[in-house]
Amino acid sequence: MTALSALLVLTLMGLLLGFALGLAAKVFHVETDPLLDEVSALMPGTQCGQCGYAGCNQAAEAMVKGETPVTCCPPGGKTLAATIAGKLGISISLDSMNDELLLARVNPGLCTGCTRCYKACPTDAIVGANKQIHGVIMAACTGCGSCLAACPERCIDMVPESKALDSWHWPKPIAA
Amino acid sequence: MLFSLFRGGVHPDGFKELSANRRISKLPIPGRLYVPLRQHAGTEAIAIVNVGDQVLKGQLIGRAGRGLSAPIHAPTSGEVIAIEPVVAAHPSGYSTKAVIIRTDRRDQVYPQPALVDPFIQDPETLAKKVADYGIVGMGGATFPSAVKLQSAVGYEINTLIINGGECEPYLTADDRLMRERPDTIVTGSRLIQHIIKAKRVAIVIEDNKKYAIAAMRNATEPYRDVDIVVVPTRYPMGSAKQMIQVVTKKEVPAGKLSTELGVLLYNVGTAYATCECLMENKPLVSRIVTVSGGAIKQPQNVEALVGTPLSYLIEHCGGTVEEPARLLMGGPMMGLVMPSADAPLIKGAGGVLALQAHEINQTESSPCIRCGRCVSACPMGLLPLEMANRARSQDFDSASEFGLKDCILCGSCAYVCPSHIPLVHYFQYAKGEISQKNAAQKRTEYTRELSEARRVRQEKEAAAKAAAKAAKSKRRKRSATTTD
Ligand code: SF4
Ligand code: SF4
Repeated sequence: MTALSALLVLTLMGLLLGFALGLAAKVFHVETDPLLDEVSALMPGTQCGQCGYAGCNQAAEAMVKGETPVTCCPPGGKTLAATIAGKLGISISLDSMNDELLLARVNPGLCTGCTRCYKACPTDAIVGANKQIHGVIMAACTGCGSCLAACPERCIDMVPESKALDSWHWPKPIAA
Repeated sequence: MLFSLFRGGVHPDGFKELSANRRISKLPIPGRLYVPLRQHAGTEAIAIVNVGDQVLKGQLIGRAGRGLSAPIHAPTSGEVIAIEPVVAAHPSGYSTKAVIIRTDRRDQVYPQPALVDPFIQDPETLAKKVADYGIVGMGGATFPSAVKLQSAVGYEINTLIINGGECEPYLTADDRLMRERPDTIVTGSRLIQHIIKAKRVAIVIEDNKKYAIAAMRNATEPYRDVDIVVVPTRYPMGSAKQMIQVVTKKEVPAGKLSTELGVLLYNVGTAYATCECLMENKPLVSRIVTVSGGAIKQPQNVEALVGTPLSYLIEHCGGTVEEPARLLMGGPMMGLVMPSADAPLIKGAGGVLALQAHEINQTESSPCIRCGRCVSACPMGLLPLEMANRARSQDFDSASEFGLKDCILCGSCAYVCPSHIPLVHYFQYAKGEISQKNAAQKRTEYTRELSEARRVRQEKEAAAKAAAKAAKSKRRKRSATTTD
């Protein structure tokens, strides 16, 4: 008899608590979007602001909410746009996106070695020292233009990435 | 001998008779040579000469770059008049950095160290010399030979295959080389055998080259472990995977190296260059090249210096009968369309073809009729029609699932397609898009790493600054109290 009542009480308790938990989950539900985390993790993380947002996380949030197109991140380029579009399950046209990346170049004739661009670069792509001509490591430059704004001598130009034989490939055939 | 041949393949018209029956002639030295610093798979060589320098034939002018690379030597004596971009022998029409030499036509040779009998030297020394003399694969892939030699270390190599299967239409350079200089090829093959310690050498020749077979048989007579293997003529016999399959009756599994099967494959031209390097101290500065095609007046094989403008080669072969409809480097099946005749000859160029309109497929393509001919022609057992479909709809992931990576771009499928669908062009496009995507992804990852590294650095700097400040104010306070 005692065994039976114990069993009954325990079952009842289990049911009640389960119900309470379920209710709590509904009532105190907080909106966290796993999708947002995933998209944030894909972003370049340079906080360069070319998208018009304060940083990569804000941009990711706007993309997830559909407030800005997934093509808004120039350093991420077509690849990032396509990956995020895939994650969000939307279809986009990449044709409007520019394939050509514009990278920074310091004009050695004008550079005074003030180190401001060097400090502004979010990827540490600029090398130099006080009163030394600065240079850009092309492989590390994302073309964000932060240095452009920082340079008091206006000696930085954004130039198309130099064309390498390796980066060329056959275009899509025009055929039936 | 019975062969388990590879699957698929085609029999394109050979057009070999155009150039096969004339002896190799030596091309006169042109007035200027445009020697690209990158003529091999891998990174560009770094120029070590300056404008105004006098150089001699065989002198090092560009040392090997970082990672996979090969050095570049002066093809003849003369003066370096510029180091600047010239039009590359590449379909993009982009330019590539080259050392431009005004030749003095004296062809003075740079003094090389004394010769030692290579057969008594150890493999490492020989492999190093092959690297230093700029030897690369002459079959078209231009993979640095020494790297391949070193890749054999640690593997037991049963068979060294010397590839004499020149299966591309029009090309006869290897054929002529085997007919005219068989001993050099055989010595070169034995040297490679010595370096990689291969048990036997199989020199594989297609049965449409009967003179070459006879000459090579003669030359290999004295060597018991060097055999001539005659195989049927079928395109793409000369492709590495197919040839290995025919000789060993084993297929190289996808993603595996041939060394794991105990075989290594070299082109006859590479064996020739290896012999010239080790027995004669000659760096790789020239090659035999077939100049042919309907538009060429006197098709033939010439021995030309690398860096020679293609236009000079063509001129030497009587010029053209009309403006060629297409200029190719390599064969018509897998060769590269040249942007202009100003492009220079490079180490890997087996042929320069000037084709007339009727020699190239210019028929408008029509929709796929799903006849399946491309499937039966594909030597890799792929489904070209499916892959092309996916590539067209830009669904590269599923094109890859259909085996795009295994496609060797041999062109057999496009050759047989009755609808003239540019199948290979689709595959080139898809492969390009995929590698571009991978490169972009790598770049984004790199960017992420960099910005993270910067964040860490800035935090450290800020912490250091704060600590310094705290220490300073403490000192000041202390000194203030002591003065009080
Ligand atoms: S050969 Fe051409 S037409 Fe026939 S199935 Fe293949 S792609 Fe289609
Ligand atoms: S080009 Fe590729 S798909 Fe076409 S036949 Fe050759 S290996 Fe097969």
